[in-house]
Amino acid sequence: MSLPLTEEQTHFQDVVTRFLADNADTARLRRQIELEAGYDRETWRRLCCELCLPGTHIPEEYGGHGFGPVEFGIVMHAMGRFLYSGPFMASAVMAAQAILIAGSEDQKRELLQDIASGSVVAALALDEWTRPDALGTRVQADRTDNGYRLNGSATVLVDAGVAELFIAAARGPDNSVSLYCIDAGASGVAVSSLETIDLTRRAARVQFTDATADILGVGDSLDIERLWDHLCVALALEMLGGAEELFYSTVEYMKMRVQFGRVIGSFQALKHRCADLLVSLELARAASQHALHCLASGEGDVYAPNMAKAMASEVYMDVARAAIQLRGGIGFTWEDDTHLWFRRAKSSEVLLGSPYWHRERMMQRIEELAHAA
Amino acid sequence: MPREEDCLQSIREEVGTWLDSNWDPNRPLVEWREILLAGGWAAPGWPEEYFGRGFNPAQVAAVEQVFREKKALGAAAGGPGTLARGIVLAEGTEDQKTRYLRPLLTGQHKWCQLFSEPGSGSDLAGLSTKAELRDGRWIVNGQKVWTTSAHHADFGLLLARTDWDVPKHQGISYFLLNMRQPGIEVRPLKQMNGYASFNEVFITDAIVDPRDMVGAAGDGWRLASTTLSFERQKFVVTAQLEERYADETAPIYEEYRRELDELLKPYSWYPQRAGRVDLVLPRARQTGAIADPVLRQEIAKLICLDRATDLVAAAAEAHSRSGADRVVPAGSIGKLARSEISRQAAHVHTHISGMDALFDGPHAAENGLVAEVLLSSPAMSIAGGTDEIQKNIISERVLGLPKEARTDTGPFRDVPRNIVSG
Repeated sequence: MSLPLTEEQTHFQDVVTRFLADNADTARLRRQIELEAGYDRETWRRLCCELCLPGTHIPEEYGGHGFGPVEFGIVMHAMGRFLYSGPFMASAVMAAQAILIAGSEDQKRELLQDIASGSVVAALALDEWTRPDALGTRVQADRTDNGYRLNGSATVLVDAGVAELFIAAARGPDNSVSLYCIDAGASGVAVSSLETIDLTRRAARVQFTDATADILGVGDSLDIERLWDHLCVALALEMLGGAEELFYSTVEYMKMRVQFGRVIGSFQALKHRCADLLVSLELARAASQHALHCLASGEGDVYAPNMAKAMASEVYMDVARAAIQLRGGIGFTWEDDTHLWFRRAKSSEVLLGSPYWHRERMMQRIEELAHAA
Repeated sequence: MPREEDCLQSIREEVGTWLDSNWDPNRPLVEWREILLAGGWAAPGWPEEYFGRGFNPAQVAAVEQVFREKKALGAAAGGPGTLARGIVLAEGTEDQKTRYLRPLLTGQHKWCQLFSEPGSGSDLAGLSTKAELRDGRWIVNGQKVWTTSAHHADFGLLLARTDWDVPKHQGISYFLLNMRQPGIEVRPLKQMNGYASFNEVFITDAIVDPRDMVGAAGDGWRLASTTLSFERQKFVVTAQLEERYADETAPIYEEYRRELDELLKPYSWYPQRAGRVDLVLPRARQTGAIADPVLRQEIAKLICLDRATDLVAAAAEAHSRSGADRVVPAGSIGKLARSEISRQAAHVHTHISGMDALFDGPHAAENGLVAEVLLSSPAMSIAGGTDEIQKNIISERVLGLPKEARTDTGPFRDVPRNIVSG
């Protein structure tokens, strides 16, 4: 359940929002997407050093702030709202969460501090094209005298081009899937960037050829489903931020644009479309907040992350379609910013599993519970 | 804090002692409620001069708790009577309070609400039932519809137009109408799902004494809004609607259950109208439809909607408790979401049944409940404010989008309206 923010949380939200509004507006965003890295390193440095955002949810003993789910939700929402193009999702969320969930105490101490401070950018390879979850990985891990050796290719979806550390899912000798940690500069690691429709989120494929790797923690394959849940909820929160920004900017546009002698926002057909979207947004927002609190408390609906991701995916695309339609022709131009959000909505819709996949997983989980009962 | 708890404890003791010496399940119900009134326990949340004690909600809850523990029955509650109590107490004259509050609390008088008309549904302020002052009495003519409980009501809360030369919201007055008079004819209104839960009320030269006007002439629209705001509030102790005391056999419980049944009878199909989401998974498992991947998608969508709607309501309640500003009207959002739940549930139930969905009554799934879902669901997006009105509310009040251009702002006499045949 989403509770009202405390005074401190509201202040935190204001600080994060102001920073991104001042440093990550769409004029800057458009310049950054022309860069090879896809983001402005100076803004990322300040976001790490001045605001310490990558450490928001990382516990204090590992160099983070140890904030709760509410603050984490605030940051994700703001990241999505401004389409922030730096490696926050890749490093602070995807990779850090993998280490938090699966890593040994030593690994957490060693790796998380640098991620929290921003001095290391990490990225996660959870994915294969054949399945949206890591259980479908075709990276093979073999034991060596002092660790593991990885072979195979994985799609490191987010920001692999700039990452210095990879976390990858791979199938071990006993066929169980575990998470491994790989130095991006090690021999046998080749990264090739991929062209994607989302201009504000980079992706690359990584090829491992006898690459040296450490296993994260004890290699429990259950970690991967837990990790998947956390990532889905983080992404859902981020998507809600983007969807709400796009929705409210569209509503403001409708109050300005005049046709037939009246502002188009006075036409009932258009108003009703907005009302429908607001209902969907509120439902999806409640679902993602709920999922966040379920994960933080370890209680509540086991399918909450799937529900959150499915609902956020659909509402973001619905809003993105409407944002273009309600702007009319201008909304289809390159010059108008709407397509930047549309592209993010489309990539997020399928990243970490489509709404169809998540609804099916939700049903499986409901049935597993019913059979267990 | 401890002082407040002490205060609640002493209230519990006082009401407990009083009930020990007065509660008697062998009395007739109305007679018991007279004793309740005399003892000052019928409406503890009300002001002292009107049968109450001026208690706050926590104190009222403490009283209710003791009543439940002792299985003592409270004042009459629920239904349109709740609205009548609210409006008479808040806006009535001393004379109206004296005449109407007591029988409302004892349950001697049943009430109904005469607002909607065949010619004015969503546009309630466009009503055209007419009240004219003749020889010192109001003479009322017109037709009302969707009137729950009208067939056994003694009085009605009536909106009627008294001035046709001012804009529509300004010409409406609010009356307390005696239903037991020759000018009132009540006919049941059969719905598409076969039930007749409501009535049509035909009003022909019905008479209202001027002292039964609430507020001033032209105050009707404001008073109607006030009335509707009472719908979610509880005014008297032990609105025990959820507690039937089914195992108690003393005569007063029998009488009470009859009262309750009469009150709840029109609403028996409401759970079906809402879609019976609770039946979806059990039916899908039982029929094997759960293995159908397409249906699984539809069921998951339904569960998402249903669960998230509850979460939105819970969040809205948390926000209102904290006093935080929240511009989103959870009421309208929830109303629209529940329409969608009902539609989606009807859709899913249909496809779980397959061709069997064409059967009704004992031949249909769940002894007809599923057929009832299919035939009741369309009411969900109409009753209590249509989806379209909710969308206007959201887009105008929350999103700040401009209103449609209006053509009904002049004198009501000149506003186009429906021709209704009696």
